[in-house]
Amino acid sequence: MTLGEVANRLSLSVQTAGEKLETEVTGGYASDLLSCVMAKARKGNVWVTLQCHPNIVAVAVLLELAGVIVTQGMSPDAATLQKADEEGIPLLTTAHTTFTVVGQLTQLGIQGTE
Amino acid sequence: MIPPLIVKHARGLALGIIAVTDHNSAENVAAVIEAARGFDLTVLPGMEVQTREEVHLLCLFDTVEQALDWQAVVYAHLPRLKNKAEVFGAQFVVDATGDFIRYNDRLLLTSTSFSVEEVATCVEERRGLCIAAHVDRPSFSLLANLGFVPQGANFAAMEITRNTSVDEMRRQHPSLCEYPFIRSGDAHRLSEMSNNTVLTIEQPTITEISMAFRRQGGRKVKVLAD
Repeated sequence: MTLGEVANRLSLSVQTAGEKLETEVTGGYASDLLSCVMAKARKGNVWVTLQCHPNIVAVAVLLELAGVIVTQGMSPDAATLQKADEEGIPLLTTAHTTFTVVGQLTQLGIQGTE
Repeated sequence: MIPPLIVKHARGLALGIIAVTDHNSAENVAAVIEAARGFDLTVLPGMEVQTREEVHLLCLFDTVEQALDWQAVVYAHLPRLKNKAEVFGAQFVVDATGDFIRYNDRLLLTSTSFSVEEVATCVEERRGLCIAAHVDRPSFSLLANLGFVPQGANFAAMEITRNTSVDEMRRQHPSLCEYPFIRSGDAHRLSEMSNNTVLTIEQPTITEISMAFRRQGGRKVKVLAD
């Protein structure tokens, strides 16, 4: 399933890099500790978090993630949005909590990275 | 940890400088400074601020007034919630002898709405030092929460705990290489106070410590090996 299909099915709001939604999602990972994400998430994963700091973009670039879903109505900082557009990292936002989003992703058949 | 015991323990460790950095608050700073009066011990007023990324940052100043001005800003960026003493413990404000003055009813054990960059910039503008706290810890630390030191944040130094060494941290985290280090106790109990960091400075002031961090004018900072 592509990131764009995920965004549609979960009614996510695409904040950045709308041209990069064709990426195939290889799996999912959720954490708000970026050090854990760096150690665990894999290329092509969609990452679910409520962190909004610009470092989330750097982590996504480093790991070549498909995109980042920012949950619970959090608004990524202006610097984060700008960096994500520059780096071509899709940031998708939702009012739902991380728990709900992960449940929805699982229902779509996206497996957690273990 | 009441003021006279903090001072006594600091003297026992032959410390010349300590900093009082309660979580999101500086209400007990003046009492410790008062308790240290007459002793050869400098007490730097400060605070450990929790940012919205749940990163702990140490904010150190020269005067109580600076710390309390900063506290007013921090309080304005905390949620308006009351502390639950049965969950988080009672938050005491004490005098120089350690006697109870009042409870601090504000919920302090939570995040401000500041980003790490905002805290670092605000503290620098207020002529304080902003040091990333216990960066080797697996939670509430710059490296755990944000993965690496963000570009463009004005941290004066990195603090590590007794559980690691400067060499180890620099090896594991290239983004730390440019930063000076201190190693301190993050003491929540008297027994956790430590004397691992040596500052070569002329006066125990923020300006001099800042010079030591930047290795200016012969000032320097050294973390002792175990």
